[in-house]
Amino acid sequence: MNYLGFYHYGIYFLTTAGIFGVMALALNIQWGLSGVFNLGIAGFFAVGAYASALMTGAPDPEHWGGFALPLIVGIVAAMLTSGLVAFVIGAATIRLRSDYLAIATLGIAEIIRLVIKNEGEITGGVRGLTGIPSPFNSDNQLVMLAIVLIAVVVLYWLADRARISPWGRVLRGIRENEDAAMAAGKYVTRFRLEAFVVGAAFMGLAGALYASFIGFISPEAFKPVYGTFLIWVMLIAGGSGNNVGALVGTFLVWLVWSFSSLLTDLLPGGLATQAGAVRILLIGLLLQVILLARPEGLFPEKSPPLIGRSRKTRGDIQQKHS
Amino acid sequence: MEFLQLTYNGLVLGSILALGAIGVTMIFGVLRFAHFAHGDLMTVGAYVALTFVHWLAWPIWLAALPAIAVTSILAVVLDQLFYRRLRRVAPVILLISSFATALMLRALVQIIWGPDNQVYATGISIPYRIAGLVITPDSLKVLGATALMVVVVHLFLAHTKMGKSMRAMSDNVDLARISGVPVKRVIFWTWVFAGALTAVAGILLGVDTRLIPTMGWNILLPIFAAAILGGVGRPYGAVLGGLIIGLAMNYSVLFMPSAYKLAVAFIIMIAVLILRPQGLLKGISL
Repeated sequence: MNYLGFYHYGIYFLTTAGIFGVMALALNIQWGLSGVFNLGIAGFFAVGAYASALMTGAPDPEHWGGFALPLIVGIVAAMLTSGLVAFVIGAATIRLRSDYLAIATLGIAEIIRLVIKNEGEITGGVRGLTGIPSPFNSDNQLVMLAIVLIAVVVLYWLADRARISPWGRVLRGIRENEDAAMAAGKYVTRFRLEAFVVGAAFMGLAGALYASFIGFISPEAFKPVYGTFLIWVMLIAGGSGNNVGALVGTFLVWLVWSFSSLLTDLLPGGLATQAGAVRILLIGLLLQVILLARPEGLFPEKSPPLIGRSRKTRGDIQQKHS
Repeated sequence: MEFLQLTYNGLVLGSILALGAIGVTMIFGVLRFAHFAHGDLMTVGAYVALTFVHWLAWPIWLAALPAIAVTSILAVVLDQLFYRRLRRVAPVILLISSFATALMLRALVQIIWGPDNQVYATGISIPYRIAGLVITPDSLKVLGATALMVVVVHLFLAHTKMGKSMRAMSDNVDLARISGVPVKRVIFWTWVFAGALTAVAGILLGVDTRLIPTMGWNILLPIFAAAILGGVGRPYGAVLGGLIIGLAMNYSVLFMPSAYKLAVAFIIMIAVLILRPQGLLKGISL
């Protein structure tokens, strides 16, 4: 690969990592902060991608939509639609224990894929949607990268604010001990639902960015392996509950995933055609090892500082005790 | 008449779901987690049988025996390698682990047996026509094998000490523990038991349709729906739930596109979770 190739690949790599980063941060709001188990990430990602693509794409007689609106409208539509889907499914299932929520979210993701496949008059069906414009119709890849990085930074800032806010404290409390949170008068179901909907909305945002970046979407792109499983590996590897961890985990796992294709290229002839399966096997094994050896991830969760005591007074207390 | 045919097809599908759901519900009952790799364990069972059918030209019922053995051993090995260590940490981590296991098993099947469609037996078998009902010999095999398995399961759960211990643990883990139920051995045999049923369910799915690496994963959601509908931890409920889900999925084609069969199972599951979370046979409370 020449230098230009490296440059283009580097930009592609960073943009994709950024989109995954948005999803990992979103999952961290749901799982890391609140203990809400979502196995349907791919579904919310898909809803966002389609909502945005239909808003921003050019008109096409084959399917609905194609309003050629700017990307920001697509993003808003993506977040609203994904959030709405999450609200409907969450209102029904959020009070159940994790196992049932996991099954329900996995189910909704499969059904979203079925709807996309079969309602071709709206979604383009199995052929997918083509010609989704890049931001500002710009050919410059850096524009897309900049927008993705802005999204990552803004979401990181929001997620970290949320973590130390009273809202985040309640969610952490619910995660650690639901009964105690309820006894403290917190409306547990509502808090969990809020975290679920907010996270899903940001997964929709990631979908909008993805659609605009790749320019083509089809139901095949939203299988649970890529949309859901990789994000989980990224968050767990980085450290669930830790936003820095979520981003570092995203970067590292995406690096491993991308370069594992170099490894699978070395496989003998017969296995080379199964490269995708070999990679999934390896990344699955990686997750198992992390779960067994270091379940807290590279960057374990840190409790936010206690409120009501400034750093200074805490220092005073320590001095008194010493 | 169409209704009758749909009923028959629904019972055939329901049988396969029932066998899958018994395993899921017992693992849920004894180990308290939803085993996401269950569908892919079915796939493994189906493909192991395929190897014996193709290489050694064994009849399918004979090939089922090594498939049952391999799948049961695999289930125990997976438990020892991954789940056993995670049980002590946090039960919810088991979900993630089993999701990873599911993808690994599917990838392994694809690497070993290839990504393409395969069948146990080629050629056309002539269906029987009874009172306008089309009955394929394969579907009769599915119904027969399921009936046999349900009887075996019943005898095991109702009349052996291990079967009773399993049901006791599924009812109340703590009570079973203090009553002297050997927890580790029960867990071991639960995996053997679930693995065996899973292999049979996978083979029957392969007999009824065809073998592809995603076959088990695709049927996982209706199996969970069946287990939840029947009442989690209730093997007899799982049979009932499987048959109802199978029938509902087939009847749904009367008023909606057949592509949405899966959605029907899903909607029933959500409705049960909202309206009667303990299921039909009063399973484990949530």
